[in-house]
Amino acid sequence: MAAKTLTIDGQMVSAEEQQTVLEAARDAGIRIPTLCHQEGVMAIGACRLCLVEVAGITKLLPACVTKVQEGMDVKTNTERLQKYRRMILELLFAERNHVCAVCVSNGNCELQSLAMEHGMDHVRYDYRCPKCGVDLTHRLFGADDNRCVLCGRCMRVCWYIEGAGTKNVSGRGVNSSIINDLHQPWGAAESCTSCGKCVLSCPTGALFYQGATVGEMTRDRSKLEFIVTAREKKQWIA
Amino acid sequence: MIATLAKRRKPAAPEAPHPSGDKRFKILETQMKRYQFKQDALIEVLHKAQELFGFLDEGLLIFIAHGLKLPPSRVYGVATFYHFFKLKPQGAHTCVICMGTACYVKGADKILASLEEDLKIKSGETTPDGKVSLVSARCIGACGIAPAVVYDGVVTARQSADDAFAKVKGWMGHVA
Repeated sequence: MAAKTLTIDGQMVSAEEQQTVLEAARDAGIRIPTLCHQEGVMAIGACRLCLVEVAGITKLLPACVTKVQEGMDVKTNTERLQKYRRMILELLFAERNHVCAVCVSNGNCELQSLAMEHGMDHVRYDYRCPKCGVDLTHRLFGADDNRCVLCGRCMRVCWYIEGAGTKNVSGRGVNSSIINDLHQPWGAAESCTSCGKCVLSCPTGALFYQGATVGEMTRDRSKLEFIVTAREKKQWIA
Repeated sequence: MIATLAKRRKPAAPEAPHPSGDKRFKILETQMKRYQFKQDALIEVLHKAQELFGFLDEGLLIFIAHGLKLPPSRVYGVATFYHFFKLKPQGAHTCVICMGTACYVKGADKILASLEEDLKIKSGETTPDGKVSLVSARCIGACGIAPAVVYDGVVTARQSADDAFAKVKGWMGHVA
């Protein structure tokens, strides 16, 4: 496999041909913030947090779906990118009802950590405050649409790793939501195997274990990594 | 080897008719067969289903999901993504108001607002008696005759809120 050399934040990096900019940067120890990215499932470039600047291209490119090219000059943390990332986070907060103080994932939330990392101390946009439901019909898990950022991780994990395809996105735009089977209560979704991978993948408090209360929701994401490595590389690394 | 495999293959079982006895399921099945039950023919199959049944109910979506061997969530997701697909029965008559830029500037928003008020339904809904469905559309390409309204498939030029109400009132029968 041909190797490509590129520059990321002034650092010379060599990467394999098929790698994305995100993978190349992570291998080189450069962190690019992500939200919708999930190891082992198809990248969809939905959250736009991994946008990077590439010299010679005026558009910003999502690092998770941009393949490396020879001689690429990538900047991952310019002032312009910081500004946009903060804006994206603010829009995510304004879209639904993200009230950290009463959220099951308070303190263990990727959205919250990203907001803190980017110095997001307030939201400049009006909150939409939509009325979203909470689905507690499943025996083991709960789903709170108020906390959902529509990253699609649960859906892709269900599709690519578990292979059940219970979850999907219904509607479009502002009316999108994550549904089970034919928009049934989760507990009534026949295709659900109750494997809990979606709960492991959720970055916010949208999916949680029954009985978890404020700040109690922790997830062992290494379990997902374990299963992906086992499946793809036939290596069982506990 | 190939010959042996071919010999062993079971003859295709005659497809059992749909339990409801509705012939339209058979037609839909034929349509799916025409696409060799390919999963990426989902949209075409949904089109045919809506053409046959008028709207896509839960049983129909399950029927399609089974036919194309897709998870129901994918079928539901696609059916709700496109405005064209209706998951609820539509009214006997349909009134489509063009909300494209030209029509909007000429007052399509007022037509829609007044019809919504008169019929007591929102855009995209059907009156409880099942007589009229109110739909708004993006530009229908009839900007020269703005504001345009489509009554049961007939594009009508330069409509006002009163014109639209008169037309819809005719459909509704005697409405106060």
